[in-house]
Amino acid sequence: MNPLIKVSNVNKHFHDPVDIQVLKNISLEMEKGEFVSIMGKSGCGKSTLLYILSTMDTDYTGEIFLNNERLSGLTPNQLAVIRNEHIGFVFQFHYLLPEFSVLENVMMPALKLGRKTREEIEHNAIEKLKLLDIADQALKMASRISGGQKQRVAIARALINNPSIIMGDEPTGNLDSKNALLVFDIFKQLTNEFNTSLLIVTHDPDFAAKTDRIIEMADGEIISK
Amino acid sequence: MAKSILFEIAKTHLWARKKQSSIAALGVTFGIGTFIILVSFMTGLNGLLDGLILNRTPHIRIYNEVQPSKEQPIELSDQYKNSMNVIHSIKPKKSQASILNNKGIINALKSDKRVKGVTPQVSTRVFYQSGSVLLNGNLIGIDVIEETRLYNFKQYIVNGSPLELKSNDNGVILGIGIAQKLSLKKGDYVPMVTPSGGTVRLKIVGFFQSGLADIDKLQSYTNIKTAQKVAGETSNYVTDISVKLFDIEKAKPMTDEIVHNNHINAVDIKTANAQFETGTSIRNLITYAVSITLLIVAGFGIYNILNMMIYEKMNDIAILKATGFSGGDVMRIFIYEALLIGIVGGSLGLLLGLGVSYLISISPFETQAIPTVKTFPVNFDGLYYVIGAIFALITTFFAGFLPARKASKIDPVEILRGQ
Repeated sequence: MNPLIKVSNVNKHFHDPVDIQVLKNISLEMEKGEFVSIMGKSGCGKSTLLYILSTMDTDYTGEIFLNNERLSGLTPNQLAVIRNEHIGFVFQFHYLLPEFSVLENVMMPALKLGRKTREEIEHNAIEKLKLLDIADQALKMASRISGGQKQRVAIARALINNPSIIMGDEPTGNLDSKNALLVFDIFKQLTNEFNTSLLIVTHDPDFAAKTDRIIEMADGEIISK
Repeated sequence: MAKSILFEIAKTHLWARKKQSSIAALGVTFGIGTFIILVSFMTGLNGLLDGLILNRTPHIRIYNEVQPSKEQPIELSDQYKNSMNVIHSIKPKKSQASILNNKGIINALKSDKRVKGVTPQVSTRVFYQSGSVLLNGNLIGIDVIEETRLYNFKQYIVNGSPLELKSNDNGVILGIGIAQKLSLKKGDYVPMVTPSGGTVRLKIVGFFQSGLADIDKLQSYTNIKTAQKVAGETSNYVTDISVKLFDIEKAKPMTDEIVHNNHINAVDIKTANAQFETGTSIRNLITYAVSITLLIVAGFGIYNILNMMIYEKMNDIAILKATGFSGGDVMRIFIYEALLIGIVGGSLGLLLGLGVSYLISISPFETQAIPTVKTFPVNFDGLYYVIGAIFALITTFFAGFLPARKASKIDPVEILRGQ
């Protein structure tokens, strides 16, 4: 079977203020349905790697593939389309659009994709919110719900287009332990029940220990995978 | 679908900042409103002022002028053909004031497709008499019906109507200045001394007020036949031919044509009234300059607000980009916001302009110059509303373009990682 994600020989430098190599010859593969965590100390390059994989950072050398499609060298617009359709994001800070309702936030990426009617999208969004047990908050403004709830809404938004992979940059980093556990359980449920692929950057060893695979990084290199 | 979500986001952004958005829109409203008011009033005034002269002036006037012969007899002689002939003190030759073959010229012009109408006129000198007082003046014989149709003759008649002139062979429409000097009223008979020395008495059926005092002190109008009688001439006697065209721009070439074909004097309206064009174009220039300045100021307001909005919305822009909105999508969102401000503000501005223009148009404005005008002249031409709407869209688009481009270039990684 072909890997879902394939990274070969990725190098990245920061040029400002002095030239530093933050990623050194990174190569890795990830299968469909895997729940993978990336661990490492602050500044080891794990977030940098995630943002390169997310296609938002294009300033690197080497090649990355998603579903056998080569992403390196595509135009920003082509990458935006791929992000929209194939990649779901969950951030450390629960980034929702504060002026829209919870439901509208979840619907947004699907409306952008524009493959389904508004009614279908709304129906799907409510399904996702039900899955995450926050459908009762659907019509509230995104700025009026608690931090833990916001993170679950963000996960629902990441799921709306049924992406190939969900990426997370410390998705539990800003949550109390109870909510962090809740979010982890949701991720676990997604891989077990829906065969969703997950790639999560974390520095929480307890979180990482419960995932299928841990990729450990130090000083811009992968030390175990 | 994808487009409408961008529009929805733009709408929500603006709706969440009602105060700022309405202030930005108000800027456009005042800009466009002022433009409409200025341009309606200015062009209305232009129309009135131009109308003072241009509407009642024929596009081409054909006349006979006393002038010395261009060719002296000696130049026709073979004997002196190659010599240098010097003639001192050339005098104009006495010729008839009437236009020769005027019927032929009139018929030829009437069948020309460019011509809207042709009217003959008979102009003769008279002295208006009141007791021992004699006032120098001009009596003009006209075709009343045609003059009214072509030159809006009726507009300058006070206390009477041109039709009374038609029905009364001894009628005269007297210049208001003459009437005031001689204290004459409607129905009075005014005696006139004719060039040949006789006296005729004509009945006043109305007064003529052109707004140009010098003309009102001299000129009176009567039937063409009456004028021919006063001048002591036959019905072939015509001193002027007025031509009105469908297209004023054709006046100049056609005048040259007439002069060439008939060996007669003719002058076109543009040559005779060149100063009016200058005045009109300068007033238009001022109107547009003021309006554009106002709109640029409004544009800066929009620029400012969108710029602030983009700083506030860095996180939102990053999320939108992370979830698959491209730089172009983000740019469109902010351009939609600018255009929404422009459309709402601009429409209100057009309404404001229309309302105030209407108020101006019903305000009383009495002037000696044009007796039939009672309120301020305002031009409600729809074209200016179209121009105003286009102005509003163009300025707001450009005001939104720079901030929008900045937003489209925001790097989401920096913001998502930065906190």
